Amino acid sequence: MVHVSATPVLALRGVSKRFGAVQALTDVDLEVHAGEVVALVGDNGAGKSTLVKTIAGVHPIDEGVIEWSGNPVSINRPHDAQGLGVATVYQDLALCDNLDVVGNLFLGRELLRRGVIDEVSMEKQSRDLLSTLSIRIPSVRIPIASLSGGQRQVVAIARALIGDPKLVILDEPTAALGVEQTAQVLDLVERLRERNLAVILISHNMADVKAVADTVAVLRLGKNNGSFPVKTTSHEEIIAAITGATDNAVTRRAGRRSTEAAK
Amino acid sequence: MSDTSNTVSKEEPELEHQNTVAPADDPTAAPVSVVDPRLLVREEGFKGYLTEFKRKVKGGELGSLPVVVGLIVIWTIFQLQNDRFLSADNLSNITYFMSATGMLAIGLVFVLLLGEIDLSVGSVSGLASTLFAVFVVTHGLNPWLGLVLAILIGIGIGALHGWIFAKIGVPAFVVTLAGFLGWNGLMLWLLGSSGTINIPSDSGPVHLLGQSSFFMDQAIIGAYLLAGLGVLSLLVGSFMDQKRRKAAGVPFRPTSEILLRVIALGVASFAAAAVLNNASGVSNALVIFLAALVIVDFVLRRTTYGRKIFAVGGGIEAARRAGISVPMIRITVFAISGGFAAIGGMFFAGQTASATLNAGGGNTLMLAIAAAVIGGTSLFGGRGSVWSALLGMLVIQSIQTGLDLLNMNTSIQYMITGAVLLGAVVIDSVSRRSQKAAGRA
Repeated sequence: MVHVSATPVLALRGVSKRFGAVQALTDVDLEVHAGEVVALVGDNGAGKSTLVKTIAGVHPIDEGVIEWSGNPVSINRPHDAQGLGVATVYQDLALCDNLDVVGNLFLGRELLRRGVIDEVSMEKQSRDLLSTLSIRIPSVRIPIASLSGGQRQVVAIARALIGDPKLVILDEPTAALGVEQTAQVLDLVERLRERNLAVILISHNMADVKAVADTVAVLRLGKNNGSFPVKTTSHEEIIAAITGATDNAVTRRAGRRSTEAAK
Repeated sequence: MSDTSNTVSKEEPELEHQNTVAPADDPTAAPVSVVDPRLLVREEGFKGYLTEFKRKVKGGELGSLPVVVGLIVIWTIFQLQNDRFLSADNLSNITYFMSATGMLAIGLVFVLLLGEIDLSVGSVSGLASTLFAVFVVTHGLNPWLGLVLAILIGIGIGALHGWIFAKIGVPAFVVTLAGFLGWNGLMLWLLGSSGTINIPSDSGPVHLLGQSSFFMDQAIIGAYLLAGLGVLSLLVGSFMDQKRRKAAGVPFRPTSEILLRVIALGVASFAAAAVLNNASGVSNALVIFLAALVIVDFVLRRTTYGRKIFAVGGGIEAARRAGISVPMIRITVFAISGGFAAIGGMFFAGQTASATLNAGGGNTLMLAIAAAVIGGTSLFGGRGSVWSALLGMLVIQSIQTGLDLLNMNTSIQYMITGAVLLGAVVIDSVSRRSQKAAGRA
């Protein structure tokens, strides 16, 4: 199902980031391949957002290497990341309520025809993009203000695709959505994978992660705490990695008992 | 429209993720349309228009409805009080005198689109007319050079306001309030003891903007030429747009709607042309005002710069993430406002052929703000059109001229103008609230 290419689109090797006295990330590794959805999970303050911001160019890294398609690159500004082909959809969607869907999709990169905004081509491309993603919205000429939360989320994700990125980062895309809307967004994530994009999905919701992700990368206290293939890993194992519950009195006793029983 | 009718059988969801796609679990689920079944589809024909119109009004999207209703009410009342109100001469007066404050209102539309306010436009317009008089009369500068200089200084003043607002972070309200006082003071200082500078009005810009200067020297054909030009460009533009949209396969305006719009504009503009011809022709001031409206409307709706202004007015964070330089937009918008204020000042100078202590004072500022807001540009930013400057000015100038005609006291005039401004802002706030309730804001 997953076509994992040999060279990852993005690879972090031993990345560290400090904010003053706080060591936000320590020696973190992460790999994302084309056509792969990597769920980035972890407790609050585990460093998920910081990690994503280092990739998006908001916070430059202090140590380590970022590799893009196998070549080391330096990402110091959001502009650098966009230039490489990283599109980030933040939790606060940052859409202009007063502009219509077309206006928002193309905001900052309007198509021009003889120096004038080419509404017809923009509308056509918007409709094509939304229909290939099977996104349902009433009309591409409706102001964002009149869309539901889920519809705004899918528009924000579609907006990230206008620039033809290779890697899409979704920061808690389903956090504020209802059941049907969450389903819509998860469908969309799968369609991103079908388009052979690399996807990093931050989520707190294990059901979402199990539903769409191929790999789960767990962060704990700014460090890697395991990377699991979703299919063969149970819910409890992931939760244990997130909370650090793998190494405590209960697990040690359970481990001892099983070895004793084996004797 | 094409996207309403095509029902396509639902595609098969990916099997391994059935739990995420709710309807797929239900074996009896009927094929669903690709378009959201709840969306509001406009019916064909005139019935469709009517239901769409009713829905929009209920949802608070009033557009130019209040202003048209207001204009009819105002004209009826004044006509009943004084039957000279709707005479050709008086209507011609209204169109001439609205151009000056209208120019200020154009600049204010830009600022209001950002959700900000510029309180200095009245003072800047007065200062510009005084500077022009000083350049031309006191220093003997070429009038056209003086005009350009005065407008450039207006732009510079606006840019200064914008810079203090955008870069230092002082609220625009306070910056321009300081400008309101400061630039008025500078004007009074420049005029000094004399109080008034008369500007020779037999030629140059002051003559052009004066009351005795008409388009094509009052030729009857002039007014109809302008009306015909407007109608023709709408007709051609609409059909070209329709053709391109048809070719691209996106929804287009039906021919009936285009014809309806063209006929409506045609009736309005040719009636106006006939009335003005009945008086003495189309004043050049009005022609310049209309030309400015067309140009500015084009900039706001069809260029990336205009789109950026709407984006900043709709969401600063979204605009910033889209790579728009918010400070640059703010500074240029205030510069544009200052520039139009200075142009308005030239119009004031043309009206009286002088620079006076009263220029741009009194309630000029209030009238300009009221015009922009009455015309339908929201005080809350992101919504509006430059045509609101025209519609709003028609209302405001009708009230002014009507009250003058009835020999009302300044005291009464101020009270009525204040009430009209308040009314416009109340309509704006209420319509915004009902837009929110209807989920459209």
